Amino acid sequence: MSTFFLILILLFGFLITFQIAKASEYVGVLRGEKKNLEQHNRINGFLMIVFLVLGLIGVYWCNELFRGKILGESASVHGEQIDTMMYITIAITGVVFVITQVLLFWFAFKYQYSEKRKAYYFPHSNKLEVIWTVIPAIALTVLVGFGLFYWFRITGDAPADSLQVEVTGKQFGWIFRYAGKDQTFGKKYYQRISDANNNQLGLIWDDAATHDDLVVNNTMYCVVNRPVKLIIGSRDVIHDVGLVYFRQKMDAVPGTPTTLWFTPKFTTDEMKKKLNNPDFEYEISCDQMCGKGHYTMRGIVKVVGADEFKLWLAKQKPNYAQVMGDKTPAPAGQADSTKSTVSR
Amino acid sequence: MSSLEPTIHGHPEVATKHDAHADEHGVHHHKETFITKYVFSQDHKMICKQFLITGMIWAIIGGLMSVLFRLQLGYPDSHFKILEDLLGSKWAKGGQIQPEFYYALITMHGTILVFFVLTGGLSGTFANFLIPLQIGARDMASPFLNMLSYWFFFSASIVMFSSLFLETGPASGGWTSYVPLSALGDASDGSKAGMDFWLVSMALFVVSSLLGGLNYISTVLNMRTKGMSMTRLPLTIWALFFTAILGVLSFPVLLSGFILLLFDRHAGTSFYLSDIFIGPTQKALPNEGGSAILYQHLFWFLGHPEVYIIILPAMGLVSEVLSVNARKPIFGYMAMVGSLFAIAILAFLVWAHHMFVTGLNPFLGSVFVLLTLLIAVPSAIKVFNWLTTLWRGNIRFTPAMLFAIGFVSTFISGGLTGIFLGNSTLDIQLHDTYFVIAHFHIVMGVSGVLGMFAGIYHWFPKMYGRYMNATLGYIHFWVTLAGAYLIFWPMHYEGLAGMPRRYWDYTAWISFNQFSGLNRFISTVAIITFAVQLLFIFNFFYSIFKGRRVMNRNPWGATTLEWTAPIRPGHGNWPGEIPEVHRWPYDYAKDGRDFIPQTEPLGSNESSH
Repeated sequence: MSTFFLILILLFGFLITFQIAKASEYVGVLRGEKKNLEQHNRINGFLMIVFLVLGLIGVYWCNELFRGKILGESASVHGEQIDTMMYITIAITGVVFVITQVLLFWFAFKYQYSEKRKAYYFPHSNKLEVIWTVIPAIALTVLVGFGLFYWFRITGDAPADSLQVEVTGKQFGWIFRYAGKDQTFGKKYYQRISDANNNQLGLIWDDAATHDDLVVNNTMYCVVNRPVKLIIGSRDVIHDVGLVYFRQKMDAVPGTPTTLWFTPKFTTDEMKKKLNNPDFEYEISCDQMCGKGHYTMRGIVKVVGADEFKLWLAKQKPNYAQVMGDKTPAPAGQADSTKSTVSR
Repeated sequence: MSSLEPTIHGHPEVATKHDAHADEHGVHHHKETFITKYVFSQDHKMICKQFLITGMIWAIIGGLMSVLFRLQLGYPDSHFKILEDLLGSKWAKGGQIQPEFYYALITMHGTILVFFVLTGGLSGTFANFLIPLQIGARDMASPFLNMLSYWFFFSASIVMFSSLFLETGPASGGWTSYVPLSALGDASDGSKAGMDFWLVSMALFVVSSLLGGLNYISTVLNMRTKGMSMTRLPLTIWALFFTAILGVLSFPVLLSGFILLLFDRHAGTSFYLSDIFIGPTQKALPNEGGSAILYQHLFWFLGHPEVYIIILPAMGLVSEVLSVNARKPIFGYMAMVGSLFAIAILAFLVWAHHMFVTGLNPFLGSVFVLLTLLIAVPSAIKVFNWLTTLWRGNIRFTPAMLFAIGFVSTFISGGLTGIFLGNSTLDIQLHDTYFVIAHFHIVMGVSGVLGMFAGIYHWFPKMYGRYMNATLGYIHFWVTLAGAYLIFWPMHYEGLAGMPRRYWDYTAWISFNQFSGLNRFISTVAIITFAVQLLFIFNFFYSIFKGRRVMNRNPWGATTLEWTAPIRPGHGNWPGEIPEVHRWPYDYAKDGRDFIPQTEPLGSNESSH
């Protein structure tokens, strides 16, 4: 019922607006084209300045309002560089933004139509064109320079002693694989995948390297201050591993493995204290449209100390062991976080 | 004397002379039925209106879709019973937009607005209307192909519209339709029949664009009137010309990507598919060796030029409107042409900036960073030239002028955020977040639409011989500009927080649930802003029949050729000879004169600009 009334009010509003507009047009005709133009011009010219002032105030106010809701300090080492890049860019574009918007609305207001004014015939000026070609080019070169400098560092090879975790996205969740005691990821083939038989990744049991691989769902563990390299894939459609606090993101593409690496600076517990939020978790968000459950693909990254990581690893049972029953004893505590893994 | 004119519809021209001010009727009095005049018309002015009105209908539908999905985003806990009454219990169970429906809405919103409204409705309308009139031609090079271009657009519209009524729903994998999601019906209901309809509709749309584009290029190159050299063309024509070239070279690549997708969907090929196991059916697909990223390359090879196909015509329209209403030449004509040219070339070289996080070789990524930031330079030049056009002008605030100024403002805002996204280092954080949504809406959705409105308000008198109501125009402008900024400006902060796009709900996410108040605010403003567009629609149609009549053939005091044609030009545009051109189109305030039409020869002591 209330929707009906809402629509009725809207219609009345339209009708009234239309009548005013039509009447104003008649008044305009009676008053004469010129006077009509002058009055409309004055109003709109005034609105130009009002819009500029309110707009700039709005921009400032918006910044104050949301400053606390965007991410604070980066939780990864390279993330600091991304944040620096962000601030430099905000500074440069912010200056340009204010100058150009002020000029636009100020000129609109100042040079509004007047009987006494004569427009100035100024068709071109090569000097000006050169100036405002060169200055943006320099500014952009600075931004590109910084950006690429950081980019190659971030996308470069992960350090040799990184903890390696294989991440596989699927509709609609995350599957993680750890290489186990032999520090080697065993072979897999997608046609061997069978959720019913507890082989979510299609591991090839004939390859001995798979026997100690750990497969866990939704939550992955890694070690604070130790680089972690994610080897990313997908079982079905394109997903994306989004790690907002770590400032990292990489698509998960079926058939085309991708990688990313980062070094976490704070444990999950430290973040809970830092943000004063006992419910805090580092979340993995899926950042590529993957179907109706896209918004439900929430993974968790637990960043813990080296000891706690060893303990957690020890408690996990290899996928192979789960599948074969208790024929193979679960490896305990030997996935030593100080040993380097064999890179793929 | 103008050269031999081509005949139209096989009828010889009837040359008569009419009084300049009393002209209301078209010149050619040959037999026209309702069908040949209004339906299967080959007259570029009628085809323009067909594109415009079809585009406006699609804009209402696409806009309404955004209101619906913003209802979910703004009021996720609310239940709107009327939704279930109207849409049924599958799409709107319990009065809430269901996830499947939500994803169909955002997909169709994007598809409809990018292609049907901003390409068909913007290019299709103004290229058709202005090219023959501004270059001094009787019609397009091929009026028949021109007519076909509209009817292919219409057919594409029919197919796309019917996809909304399929049982499994329309396409729902995003307007980008990335594979494998769009290839696998088992991965999403929207990838079943709805995806086939989408692909067929898009194929028809591409044909329409190609037919139009080829026509526009041929007409501009071959049918300019005497004295209309390329450097005397209005900037609108230059913009439409480059747009057509962009389209002709990039749309076929999109079509090829879609054809490969159709093959993967129905012919067992593996262009895009490899290593796929479908959870719901527990089936491993036999396809191996394909690259899902290949689709993205093919898509974005059009996708990026597409956004320039959208914005270039708007830039051209705005250059014209700013100059006419500031009573001053557009500043830096050759630089404007040069920057249009640079943008057109660079548009082809930056597509992979949409793919920075797909696992591309980082070196390749860096090349695209360089080229992307390079394209910011000509765009900046244009903005500075527009600002200088206003400086020391004598500005008339017609509704068209307001929209042109709004265009410059939103182009600045949206363009600057492009610099964040073009920098791959920042894109890592911002990709697929609300920052991207804010960016492309401001720079393309708002800016492009404001440019389109500027064009409609400015040329409506020439299209229909009447004015649109100015007061409604002013209200339309101010509410739209304020509303658009209120909607999209705060979204940048959501993006900086990493809030992902294309999520039905954020309440379960610790990282992203802090914006519920803002989302509600944005949705409320969106509803109001959409409502005011209905005011515009009403103004448009009402004014066609009851608008204040235009009493002189050049109401804005403009220099370009279309304003030398009768108030309502008939077939062949000019009764008698086509005017000759003796100067460039921007002699406003020259030598103390308000304006000098292009047709007036240079005075004996006058220098050209």
